[in-house]
Amino acid sequence: MSRLSARGLTRHFGGLRAVDGVDFDLAAGEVHALIGPNGAGKTTFVSLLSGRVTAQSGTITLDGQGITSLPAHARVRRGLAYTFQITSIFPGLTVFDNVALAVQGGTSPARDLGAAVAAALTRVGMGEMQAATAGTLSYGHQRLLEVAMGLALAPRVLILDEPTQGLASGEIAGFKALVRSLAPEVSVLLIEHNMEVVMDLADRITVLNFGKVLATGTPAEIRANPAVQEAYLGA
Amino acid sequence: MKVWGLHFGVLAAVAVAGLVVPDYHMTNLARIMVLAVFAMGYNLAFGYTGLLGLGHAMFFAAGMYGAGLPAWHYGLPAVPALALGTLAGGAMAVTVGLLALRTAGVAFMIVTLMFAQAFYLTLLYFNAYTGGDEGFVPPDASRLILGFPMSGDLPRFIVAFTLFAVALILSLILVRSRFGRVMVALRENEERVRLLGINPFAAKLTVLGISGLYAGLAGAAYAILFGYAGASFATIQYSILPMLYVLLGGAGTVLGAGLGAGLMFYLTNLASDLTDAWQFLVGAVLVILVLFAPKGILGWVRATLWRGLP
Repeated sequence: MSRLSARGLTRHFGGLRAVDGVDFDLAAGEVHALIGPNGAGKTTFVSLLSGRVTAQSGTITLDGQGITSLPAHARVRRGLAYTFQITSIFPGLTVFDNVALAVQGGTSPARDLGAAVAAALTRVGMGEMQAATAGTLSYGHQRLLEVAMGLALAPRVLILDEPTQGLASGEIAGFKALVRSLAPEVSVLLIEHNMEVVMDLADRITVLNFGKVLATGTPAEIRANPAVQEAYLGA
Repeated sequence: MKVWGLHFGVLAAVAVAGLVVPDYHMTNLARIMVLAVFAMGYNLAFGYTGLLGLGHAMFFAAGMYGAGLPAWHYGLPAVPALALGTLAGGAMAVTVGLLALRTAGVAFMIVTLMFAQAFYLTLLYFNAYTGGDEGFVPPDASRLILGFPMSGDLPRFIVAFTLFAVALILSLILVRSRFGRVMVALRENEERVRLLGINPFAAKLTVLGISGLYAGLAGAAYAILFGYAGASFATIQYSILPMLYVLLGGAGTVLGAGLGAGLMFYLTNLASDLTDAWQFLVGAVLVILVLFAPKGILGWVRATLWRGLP
């Protein structure tokens, strides 16, 4: 059974068909990459999944339960976490407070706050930085803090929007190991421009173009797909 | 530990100061502490959560009339009157919040201001029951606490100090709690809070309700302790005053509201001794403050000397 699934998901902005009748399935425990040219509707699509943008039509289910009409915060409580493309931490708060907020709002908020924060930060290699003010961190560390906040929500599904953007190559290697370690408890939906990361990490890939699904398949299938090559890879 | 030491130290200093100064200043201190409770409530909403409203006079007045009217009309004793006034402030804040919190930013300011003005006009309209702009004096029997009349300087000071101390400690506990962390996060980035699984509307409504309880308690205490309730306390001036106190003392600091209330009170007194144009002097001080210390006094202390100041 698929963990997260969308049927006929649609959102237009005026005449722009940003997301136009998308069917999508995220299997339990998989890493699924979402790719497509700029403006293909990737960010709008995950905004619909997370509830930041409301769908005009279509349905979304999480483990078989309909969540289409739930507000964003209720979806997070049910285990659907989203990390921002543009780093969106609380710059004035400490690293500890940033992650603690995620623990409080996540799927198991009652547990030991200090231990849960330490666990999430250790996973991204920032265990020693709890007391730092988030806004003073380097860009790479802010990205990792964003990921740590996603982990601290203890999600079933983690949507990562361009997580490696701006990371150094050494940091990317660490990030890939981190994403691999999330399976099978967490299903990951990854929006990513770095094809090396996508081909390396993804179990399956969905290609969006002009708001529609162009193809879905394994990395090998996607590489061999002539329509994808024409629309995207070959360009 | 250091934090608790500081706050209990401040409370002890205020208590000692009140008992050694002449009666005139003891009464001033009592008045400042009641206004400080009001400002602490405003600070929870504005300073910590970023809810810049202009309707807190309505919550203050709800407390004042919630305590004063039953005392005046039905002879309700002081302690239940205080409790009723506090609840009236909280209920008013939640009711208004249900509607006003659908807006944010400037619109929230205007909507809260509009509700407050409507409430003020309502008080005037029903002047047969509320005393209108002339107000009324609660009966002496309703101004007895544990048998002590609140017209006496010392009992009044002790009651005001007790309320002030309880409000301060509760405020400190709140802002250092898990919910306090959510409050600050709402101020910093509400959309991010939502994507961390927290319902911003429910959280803001809770804060506004707590803020209303503080304002209600302050309004009720004002009526009972100083023996007067009137519609002038529901005017916009009383929405702006707590904001000024908080800005002066330091928005988002627990002690800032009290510090601001005290300084502003004595500044106003001093200025009105010197000149009829005392509002000009007060205004000049505020302009200087905004230009050179926009975070307020304790905000400056936190930025430069002690980052952990709550």
